[in-house]
Amino acid sequence: MDLRWSAEEQEFRREARTWLEANVPRQPLPSGDTRAGFAAHLAWEQRLFAARWSVVSWPEAYGGRDATLWQWLIFEEEYYRAGAPQRVTQNGIFLLAPTLFAFGTPEQQQRLLPRMAAAEDVWAQGWSEPGAGSDLAAISSRAVRDPAGGGWRLSGQKTWTTRGAFCTHLFGLFRTDPAAERHHGLSYLLLPLDAPGVTVRGFQRLDGDEGFAEVFLDDVFVPDADVLGGVDQGWAVAMATTGSERGLTLRSPGRFLHTAERLVRTARAHPEPTGALRDRVVQGWIDAQAYRLFTLEQVTAISEGRPVGAESSLNKLFWSELDVRLHETALELLGPQAELDSPWSRGFLFSLAGPIYAGTNEIQRTIVAERLLGLPRK
Amino acid sequence: MRFRIAEDDAALAGAAAALLAKEATAREIRAGWPGGDTGRVDAVWRRLAAIGALGTLVPDSADGPGSGLGLGLDENALVPLLVELGRSGLPVPAVETVAVGAPLLAAAGSPHLAEVLAGRLLLTASLDGSGLVPFGQRAPLLVLRADDGLRLYERGELALEPVESTDGSRASARLLRPPDGGGQLLCTAPEELERAWQRGVLGTAALLVGLAERMIELTVDHVQQRRQFGAPVGSFQAVQHALADAHLAVRFARPAVLAAAWSQASSGTAAEAASETAAGADAAVVTSMAKVLASDAARLVARTAIQCHGAIGCTTEYDLHLYAKRAWALAAAWGGPAAHRELIARHLHLPTVEMIRDRIEQGAGFGPGRGPL
Repeated sequence: MDLRWSAEEQEFRREARTWLEANVPRQPLPSGDTRAGFAAHLAWEQRLFAARWSVVSWPEAYGGRDATLWQWLIFEEEYYRAGAPQRVTQNGIFLLAPTLFAFGTPEQQQRLLPRMAAAEDVWAQGWSEPGAGSDLAAISSRAVRDPAGGGWRLSGQKTWTTRGAFCTHLFGLFRTDPAAERHHGLSYLLLPLDAPGVTVRGFQRLDGDEGFAEVFLDDVFVPDADVLGGVDQGWAVAMATTGSERGLTLRSPGRFLHTAERLVRTARAHPEPTGALRDRVVQGWIDAQAYRLFTLEQVTAISEGRPVGAESSLNKLFWSELDVRLHETALELLGPQAELDSPWSRGFLFSLAGPIYAGTNEIQRTIVAERLLGLPRK
Repeated sequence: MRFRIAEDDAALAGAAAALLAKEATAREIRAGWPGGDTGRVDAVWRRLAAIGALGTLVPDSADGPGSGLGLGLDENALVPLLVELGRSGLPVPAVETVAVGAPLLAAAGSPHLAEVLAGRLLLTASLDGSGLVPFGQRAPLLVLRADDGLRLYERGELALEPVESTDGSRASARLLRPPDGGGQLLCTAPEELERAWQRGVLGTAALLVGLAERMIELTVDHVQQRRQFGAPVGSFQAVQHALADAHLAVRFARPAVLAAAWSQASSGTAAEAASETAAGADAAVVTSMAKVLASDAARLVARTAIQCHGAIGCTTEYDLHLYAKRAWALAAAWGGPAAHRELIARHLHLPTVEMIRDRIEQGAGFGPGRGPL
């Protein structure tokens, strides 16, 4: 056991902290899930890129710093600590990019990654459909071969597309072989959202922002160059990186450490006589620390070449329910003010989606039971 | 920044695990209960002593009073070892001896050290001032809190009466009155006393993790085999999800307990200054976190395990109760979750119970929701 940060890691932390303190906007930006706010967020992310902080763990050739997973965690802690804006590019950077690194051709990597790092292209995830949420293999949007054009013709509907109304591109799963069984015959395709035949309709989330969109596809052309990881291989390609979504890379501990610190500050300002609520504040702080230590243990495993596999379901269960608990506790501390629009009330409404997206917590519990504990399948 | 358990520490825990898997069966645990043949327990304890487990934290100076049975390791070694002892359920004063008593006896140069490290003289400890002494019915040597620090007593110097408790194999006793002087003074400095207490808390958290892991294993085995409605009960979603939550709690307690050990071992060193184990918290805070997480996890696991076993979980013929009862005892020992949350509240500058009581007595009419958003 050695929980020290190396001199190099401490220096990395100092550098990140110094830059963030000097550059994070003094006034919080408007929500990135509104059109005006999205533009302001893009300007911030382009600034982040210019200083090479937008994709620290990527190779330098694509605009990153070749940072280790440890340094990435440090950067995330500092990012949230500084109160920096939420990343509107995160679905591309944390979900598509790991897939591109693992399965993309050199041509795809060189064409797509630098623009993603620079927030010139902003990617939306197009997996869910009205009939396919947690049962992702039920996808029915089709891609039909267009031999003359050297590509595919897409039709169907995607939904729950985060920031779909503002993003420039979409990555999604499409059925390329309707005769194949559910998990087979799917392909992972990339397309611009301004392509002919694409219609995007934004709609409101619980918090009132137009953070969701439906994407209708009517005979949309995608060239062969934008198939990621091979025709009919989409399921395997997508599953290889779902761990990213559930586990570390989408939900680094920094985010929850920061929320727990805010909760403690709120509690100091709102003394509560019974003590039971105070205990919930303390427990929220403990749990945020526990999440951090758990992920540090996982990073140790990853850096020693032991993949965490289905353990990412444990991350997902823990962070999503912790997020709800932290916000519920804060609202109780606020008393009658809880119903007013505030970062806490907005955060609470957003936290309710956590146990649903990235695979519902019911699905995650089944994965934990069957794959980690070895219980029999139904 | 590495969560890897050092080779020496893992080797000790591995040796103990192998020995316990073979020799500490349910029969040995039951032997610790009233009317049982405690000689069976003592025999396993001496075998553990022979591999050096009892001297984990005792300096390895060969010419010292420990006759070479000190391993000279630190708290990082203590946790993996005590996780294995917790998993085994062997009813022995493991925390009291390995984590707390033996290093104190070594520091004070007690003539009893060699016999204790050899497993021939049972030692126990009680530092919480409750007057309850685990293994007080069986141990001829007892470390207790006195006015001037910690003292080592021989049984004959104390007025002890046996008590009946949920986990009968803990052989607890109650101190009828505070010791009237006597004993051997082991330490007086508040920081030494605090260190002994922290090690006891840490060791108990480690035992709880091991116990919880064992109860999950027992339950997983059971629900794979037990069939109802034509299918193994472990295939039912309600059972799967309850066990998933129990497993989750243990998996998140474990790294916190390891981190607490590391914090204690490097407390006050440059290493501590260079770390941010838990948002600038000191070893005591990280240790309290570990105890809260381990206690709550073990209680959740015990309840879930009994529920998933069905009626057989409510019998004493089946082994589960041996572990569950230990878990309940240890969750409350060395400070329960509420007490440790109190300490963390103080660290976070939140109102403490005393402050809240004062405000109520002063008639201060504050309620929630009066501060800024």
